[in-house]
Amino acid sequence: MTTAAADRRMIARSARRLRRSGSLGASGQIAFGVLVVIVLLAVLGPFLVPADPNAVSLSEAYQDPSGTHLLGTDGNGRDLLSRLVFGAQTALLGPFLVVLVSTLLGTALALSAVWFGGWFDQVSVRVMDAVFAFPGLLLAILATALFGAGLTAAIAALSIAYIPYIGRIVRSAALRERNLPYVAALRVQGVRGVMISLRHILPNIAGLIVANATLAFGFALMDLAGLSFIGLGVQPPTADWGATVGTGMSGILQGHPDEALFASALIVITVAAVNVLGDRLTERSEARA
Amino acid sequence: MIPTPTPSAAGASPRASGRGAPLLSVEGLTVKLPVAHELRTVLRDVSFELEEGKALGLVGESGSGKSMTVRTIGRLLPPGADVAGHVRFDGKEVFDLRGEALRKYRAGDVSMIFQDARAHTNPVRRIGDFLTEALRTNQKMPQKAAEARAVALLAEVGIHDPERRLRQFPHELSGGLLQRVMIAASVAVRPRLILADEPTTALDVTTQAEVMVILKRMQAEYGMSMLFITHDLELASAVCDDTVVFYAGQVVERQSASQLHHDPLHPYTAALVQARPEIGHRAERLPALPGHPTTAYEAPDGCAFAPRCLFAQEACRAGVPPLLRIGDQGDSRCLRMPELHGKLLAPTPPAATVAVPPSVDPGEETL
Amino acid sequence: MTTTPLLVVEHLTKRFGKGRQEATAVADVSFELGERGSLGIVGESGSGKTTTARMIIGLEQPSEGRILFRGEDRTHPARTVRELRERGRNIQIVFQDPYTSLDRRQRIGDCLAEVLGVHFRLDREETRKRVRELGELVGLDERQLNALPKVLSGGQRQRVAIARALAAEPEILILDEAVSALDVSIQAQILNLLSDIREERGVSYLFISHDLAVIRQVCDDTIVMRHGAVVEHGTTAEVLDHPHHPYTRLLRDSVPREGWDPSTVSARS
Repeated sequence: MTTAAADRRMIARSARRLRRSGSLGASGQIAFGVLVVIVLLAVLGPFLVPADPNAVSLSEAYQDPSGTHLLGTDGNGRDLLSRLVFGAQTALLGPFLVVLVSTLLGTALALSAVWFGGWFDQVSVRVMDAVFAFPGLLLAILATALFGAGLTAAIAALSIAYIPYIGRIVRSAALRERNLPYVAALRVQGVRGVMISLRHILPNIAGLIVANATLAFGFALMDLAGLSFIGLGVQPPTADWGATVGTGMSGILQGHPDEALFASALIVITVAAVNVLGDRLTERSEARA
Repeated sequence: MIPTPTPSAAGASPRASGRGAPLLSVEGLTVKLPVAHELRTVLRDVSFELEEGKALGLVGESGSGKSMTVRTIGRLLPPGADVAGHVRFDGKEVFDLRGEALRKYRAGDVSMIFQDARAHTNPVRRIGDFLTEALRTNQKMPQKAAEARAVALLAEVGIHDPERRLRQFPHELSGGLLQRVMIAASVAVRPRLILADEPTTALDVTTQAEVMVILKRMQAEYGMSMLFITHDLELASAVCDDTVVFYAGQVVERQSASQLHHDPLHPYTAALVQARPEIGHRAERLPALPGHPTTAYEAPDGCAFAPRCLFAQEACRAGVPPLLRIGDQGDSRCLRMPELHGKLLAPTPPAATVAVPPSVDPGEETL
Repeated sequence: MTTTPLLVVEHLTKRFGKGRQEATAVADVSFELGERGSLGIVGESGSGKTTTARMIIGLEQPSEGRILFRGEDRTHPARTVRELRERGRNIQIVFQDPYTSLDRRQRIGDCLAEVLGVHFRLDREETRKRVRELGELVGLDERQLNALPKVLSGGQRQRVAIARALAAEPEILILDEAVSALDVSIQAQILNLLSDIREERGVSYLFISHDLAVIRQVCDDTIVMRHGAVVEHGTTAEVLDHPHHPYTRLLRDSVPREGWDPSTVSARS
């Protein structure tokens, strides 16, 4: 085969391979798009929205969508659109922190357990199993009881509860990776364990971690919204989707479902998009493995 | 690449027996598989015949298409595969078979033995279940009868204490034992054709010898024909009647197994023969070919082997060479064969420096 | 061997498991490897040859016995990373599977550079130069050095594994079935390469294989292992042409060749 022909084929093949393995599929791309819109909403929305989300005006309660209030008002006469837009910040920031903390800690714990093995690994596994058995929501309620209601306590509690979720997955993936001959070859060369874990094992399982972190985001969102719904997470008057669903409950009974409906819809759309994206990412990480 | 008609009759055995139609006839088989949104050619114009009761060796390296050929014959291709050409079993077109006829073909006429027995057995089911399942579903045998049959099958392949083995799980058996179980399962239905895909490659050499004894004995006892895939030229020479050599998805040589080493009919075969070290003698340097075996879809225009061939000329790159008949010895896809016959194994000067492979392989792994 | 042997293995034993589950993988194995020597370890599955290699390279702890490198006791695996590194400059290993022996996310050049960086203080330019030299030694060109493992064939990947092992400039190279997964035509290339490297660099080989013909081609001396024990030893020519032990004879008779009839191979004892 001539070099030129081989070159052309290689380039064409690489391009195809890139497109194939990098592609998230139509559903993945749509999901990603939806999430981008929601994030933009959270970041830029507050600057674009006219009304103050906390401006109470009881005389204007439960108004239908109009020129001044694009989505109408809630039970306290507050502009619904503003509340939802401002609520996006809280609704997204919470899960993001939970996922960030639990992923970092879970990954660090799992990688160490896999590398050192022995009793350290055994103990880590048992501890993770114990925490995993504990429903996150219960842990959050416990934390709230101890430290008082508020988003901080909820986020802290869920961060702990989610460590085993990521940790177990990272551990089994890292274990598989660690048993491959190339790791033995590096050890025999005298490369330090930390280097092997961070420079070799981690990059090879990163795709899987990202995919699972994405899915965890969805769960965390649901959990935090649920906590806010029952009044334990976000405290009034802070805008939050879960809290809005909570306050919107009385509205439903009075024949004004908009508040609860819109807030729930946003939660559902976000979680659905996150799940679809997470699934596509998982597939992609498996395809590339 | 324009497929040219083969001047030699498709697969006519060097020792034309005139005993009627062959059991298996493959003619002009070209197969393309869907990979990453495109169809990749894996087999090109493959033709050969297998007579009843004979063993035909399919020999080649990675990517040569030998495994794919056998999967095609067994109709085990993935969906979306594009098949052109003919595969005839007992006169019937295999790719026209549907429904019941196809089931009978796959369950009764043809049986496959795979390389990795462990990968083809369900680890959570016992050996007994594995063996009796086919008997109970296909032949509607009652459980007790099927078990008795299974015990007899295990004994046939030389497994001691078969009743105990029936109750064991695959992980409790060694690779060699498991392969014997696979063979037992394959011959249980007394197929007319066995497709053996590197059945002994994963086994120790002593186990390989034992398994070959069993295979040959089964073949003789039940008059089964066999397609035997291997990369081991010596093994093929010893246990097969005839051989077909594959390279880059094409047949490059067909002749009797015993002659392959003494008088290869294609430069590739000659290179393979010479590249193997000898157990009785250490060579100063092995005559190694540069480059590496290629697949059909990576092959250049013209003769696929030309880039690595010591005897290549301009004409070799012009178009795909046809299969030429060489006397009554066999067939070769080498343009220069008539003139090179008998001269392929002349000692060649060993390479002076470390063999430098060509630049980056642009394709997937060659396996 | 007139000089002090490079590697001495004495009564090496490895047992796995405890009590009734205990199994002996390696039983009282002893051998020597001299400078510029090449010793073949022949065996089938379960013979203990890979476990022996793992003990010598320090990936496994022996139950009994001694391993000496240039007279130094190397029986126990290295305890610190520094020890691992130092020993890495004495003995290195190439594994069987070309597809899992390399980090699939790391470019070849970076892989070699990383290993060089562990053992030597080199600046960027020197590292590049050494990587190129290693590439030349094993027959890899610039393009291949910049590539990821997935575009390389099995044979090319084994070349990389060999280059990586040689980067540390070891005196002994253990090859654990290093050519067994390669096509015949590629195997010949790698065997030639190994022979050239041995001449050029004076490395000693501990070559593990089940393939007698390959052992003949590569090794000056050979030991045959079965069920963890050494059943035969001597020069390769002696062991293969005039075997004493029935197992060695069985092994030799089991190799397919012209006119071979499997049913004539003597039954296993």
